[in-house]
Amino acid sequence: MSPIATHALPPHATPPEQIRNFCIIAHIDHGKSTLADRMLQITGVVQPRQMRAQYLDRMDIERERGITIKSQAVRMPWQVLDETVALNMIDTPGHVDFTYEVSRSLAACEGAVLLVDAAQGIEAQTLANLYLAMENDLTIIPVLNKIDLPSAQPEKYAEELAGLIGCEPSDVLKVSGKTGEGVEELLDEIVTQLPAPEGDPDAPARAMIFDSVYDTYRGVVTYVRVVDGNLTPREKIAMMSTKATHELLEIGVISPEPIPSEGLGVGEVGYLITGVKDVRQSKVGDTVTAASAPATRAIGGYKDPKPMVFSGLYPIDGSDYPDLRDALDKLKLNDASLVYEPETSAALGFGFRVGFLGLLHLEICRERLEREFALDLIATQPNVVYDVTMDDGSEIVVTNPSEFPYGKVAEVREPVVKATILVPSEFIGAVMELCQGKRGQMGGMDYLSEDRVELRYTLPLAEIVFDFFDQLKSRTRGYASLDYQDAGDQAADLVKVDILLQGEGVDAFSAIVHKDKAYAYGTMMAGKLKELIPRQQFEVPIQAAIGSRVIARETIRAIRKDVLAKCYGGDISRKRKLIEKQKEGKKRMKNIGSVEVPQEAFIAALSSDDGKAKDAK
Amino acid sequence: MPHTPEGADVPPHGPLDRSSAARVGARPLSIYVHVPFCAVRCGYCDFNTYTAAELGTPDGPPGASRDTFAVGALAELDLATQVLGLQAPPVSTVFFGGGTPTLLDAGDLVRVLDGVRTRFGLADGAEVTTEANPDSVTEASLRTLREGGFTRVSIGMQSSVGSVLRTLDRTHDPANVARAVAAARATGLAVSLDLIYGTPGESVPDWRDSVQAALQLQPDHVSAYALTVEEGTKMHSRVRRGELPLPTGDDEADKYELADALLTDAGYRWYEISNWAATPADQCRHNLAYWRGDDWWGVGPGAHSHVAGTRWWNVKHPRTWSQRLADGASPAAAREQLTDEQRHAEEVLLRIRLAEGLPTDRVGPAGRQAVAGLIADQLVDGREALGGRLVLTRRGRLLADTVVRALLEEDE
Repeated sequence: MSPIATHALPPHATPPEQIRNFCIIAHIDHGKSTLADRMLQITGVVQPRQMRAQYLDRMDIERERGITIKSQAVRMPWQVLDETVALNMIDTPGHVDFTYEVSRSLAACEGAVLLVDAAQGIEAQTLANLYLAMENDLTIIPVLNKIDLPSAQPEKYAEELAGLIGCEPSDVLKVSGKTGEGVEELLDEIVTQLPAPEGDPDAPARAMIFDSVYDTYRGVVTYVRVVDGNLTPREKIAMMSTKATHELLEIGVISPEPIPSEGLGVGEVGYLITGVKDVRQSKVGDTVTAASAPATRAIGGYKDPKPMVFSGLYPIDGSDYPDLRDALDKLKLNDASLVYEPETSAALGFGFRVGFLGLLHLEICRERLEREFALDLIATQPNVVYDVTMDDGSEIVVTNPSEFPYGKVAEVREPVVKATILVPSEFIGAVMELCQGKRGQMGGMDYLSEDRVELRYTLPLAEIVFDFFDQLKSRTRGYASLDYQDAGDQAADLVKVDILLQGEGVDAFSAIVHKDKAYAYGTMMAGKLKELIPRQQFEVPIQAAIGSRVIARETIRAIRKDVLAKCYGGDISRKRKLIEKQKEGKKRMKNIGSVEVPQEAFIAALSSDDGKAKDAK
Repeated sequence: MPHTPEGADVPPHGPLDRSSAARVGARPLSIYVHVPFCAVRCGYCDFNTYTAAELGTPDGPPGASRDTFAVGALAELDLATQVLGLQAPPVSTVFFGGGTPTLLDAGDLVRVLDGVRTRFGLADGAEVTTEANPDSVTEASLRTLREGGFTRVSIGMQSSVGSVLRTLDRTHDPANVARAVAAARATGLAVSLDLIYGTPGESVPDWRDSVQAALQLQPDHVSAYALTVEEGTKMHSRVRRGELPLPTGDDEADKYELADALLTDAGYRWYEISNWAATPADQCRHNLAYWRGDDWWGVGPGAHSHVAGTRWWNVKHPRTWSQRLADGASPAAAREQLTDEQRHAEEVLLRIRLAEGLPTDRVGPAGRQAVAGLIADQLVDGREALGGRLVLTRRGRLLADTVVRALLEEDE
């Protein structure tokens, strides 16, 4: 049993041999934050009275949703036998939308704790991150968490983990983040099993940015892992991708509050503050070097983030448009992957077309906009990006269905993903049927254990964005888990379906769908609108059409009665107020031709599968 | 009524503000007396009414129970004379509603009417009506009313179909309606029958039977209301639980059109959306007073009043109401002073309900712009509009709220 380190090693003066950098790979709910909390306590960097649950998850949304969006690096002292080491725990985002961020966090470590719920087994997203870690040649320490749960099956899942990473089931550690059982042994194992970082202390400084966050008081805080050389306060640093230089105002480590230091040396992990205000100036994956003696080669692996999913965001109250713009500008300071441009919709007014890394990213951004900036928003059905080649060879990139060209289209290409689905074997049939229905191509199938299967499919991203996750969950009673990664694009037979009210197109409801799905989409949307749009004085036809060809039709019958039968003494004030309210409501009506559509109908029609993105963690 | 509006506080003795007080007497004055007692509470009813069981012990301030209600009503009439002052004109119409006014002793109803007469005087040919439950009137009680000055009785028939009456929780024997009508006629009272359509489970033939049964009794006046399932009623919870089907607007429209056709064929003329009279003289002048924006004082728990642009409403519980009066205070719960815009909105929404129509010049410029469209949509009678009056067509009567919204468009 290791005691708490009697003294912590000072940053900038710790030899690499006494450093261990690790991350924890875990699925949401598998207890990563609780385990991290316990490590903070056991190593003594957080006093019991300062302890709060999920200490490291700063943002409200993260804490409430139990997910970690922004990673951090915490330095903790630990002593094994007589040697004191500095442990750097690098927190990784757990979701597929942030694969790139995960890969950068992994690149900052030498090892990873693979943390799996002993009652649930490994999930698809964890598996994906495990692959990433193994690709980065990280040492993997398999750990089963929540062994205190009555439903825990440590033997079964130890075997599963051993099979996956090629070790013995007895090598799998068993801990409880909740009770603290096994956590000290885990810390010992991290020191023993993980290699120390390597680097050249005399070479020009090179540090990899694995995260950058915007802080209202400090500006951008950049998290780095030093590979070669060292960084010291007050020196000028340069970003190798942009060549931009900044003065290093502060450098330090997080333990778990920021502590300024004399610098950071080889293998160390910490933060930099330069006073820049926009995270775009401090890009994840970029290499920081010293401006006076710059390195010649950047650390590999830097990529610009690429939005995969687009959605139109509109303020419900049109006068909030400038506020939405300001809010997006502010959000961008902290989210380098957010892209947007103004967009106008006949139905929804002025808004923005916003690009996201994925559905969860969309949902988180929307929630932050609504919560932190008090905006009421409508989001249009998310869509992916299409490359359209016309007969004359010209190409159009479509990020909004309304831009989809009519006429001489030679080819449409859509993004596809490689999806990994983990599911109990009894649901294989249901999942295969779903994937086939979603135009999936099967890539392979493996049994992880007797009753758990990994299915691999190539699927159009558009299908995932539409309602795949909902359906997957409902067909497997919630047991399936899903992970997917960008896998290029493919040509597909896609058409745009327009929705018309009384012959008048409603841009917000247009969708690009596979030819075979057009009818289903048209019927679904027309049927939904029939329920949502109040009956008007006249009959209103709702049509779904591809070009000029109508593929589905519904009719809203004319209203016949709109009158309060009785209107005597006591009814009059009430009646007048009702009329006043209706007049107010009319101001919130959008006219599509002569059809009055309440804004609520747009919201309901567009957000009907709202639950999907929320659940798609 | 359960939907008490938001309003401003009322001073202890309920004086009107100067501008309303100055206009007392500019319009005819009516009195409404709300009798908040019922033998049983009907599942659809959201009126301010109480059964004996709900009221509990009979003691309490005078006016809180059936036996002493007249005392409280007279006290409120005293307050009315003070508030309205010497400008108050003789009363044109008096209407006793409820609740079930005929649960009170006929002598008590006459006492309250006498109280109106001695305090304000009754105008020549004043109309005095009471609502009546077919089970709670006898020829003797009706004779007492007639001799005491009542001119009209409005009988709650609702339906002639037993199953429909049961859904409505109406306990009266359909045969009692004919007896009550005959008794009223014998005493010389004019007779109105109230009908309800759109009860869950009521078929169109059921409704036809009800209208025809009413016509057989040759009333002077018929009211036919679509059942409104109000929140907070027992029927509302039964509908919500799926025990009763919610009546649809289309079904109600069919039934309205059927009633209008049957009544018109029988010689009755509509004069308000839900009201038909055998001759113009048989129209209910008390109700017309509401729709024409006249002044009225509502006496009784929860009763609403309107005098010259001020609306107020009394506290709802009989005990609170009578306690206030016993303390010499106004029983008003709150009031609102109508703005010009609100008065205009009310005028439009009330007068458009009448067959006499709304003068075209009472509508603002934007509303007048909408009239052509309303004529084209066959909601408003084109010929009448050219003559300067906006009168709803049959289709327009069913879509009156649509018409009102168009007429009030962008007028501010």
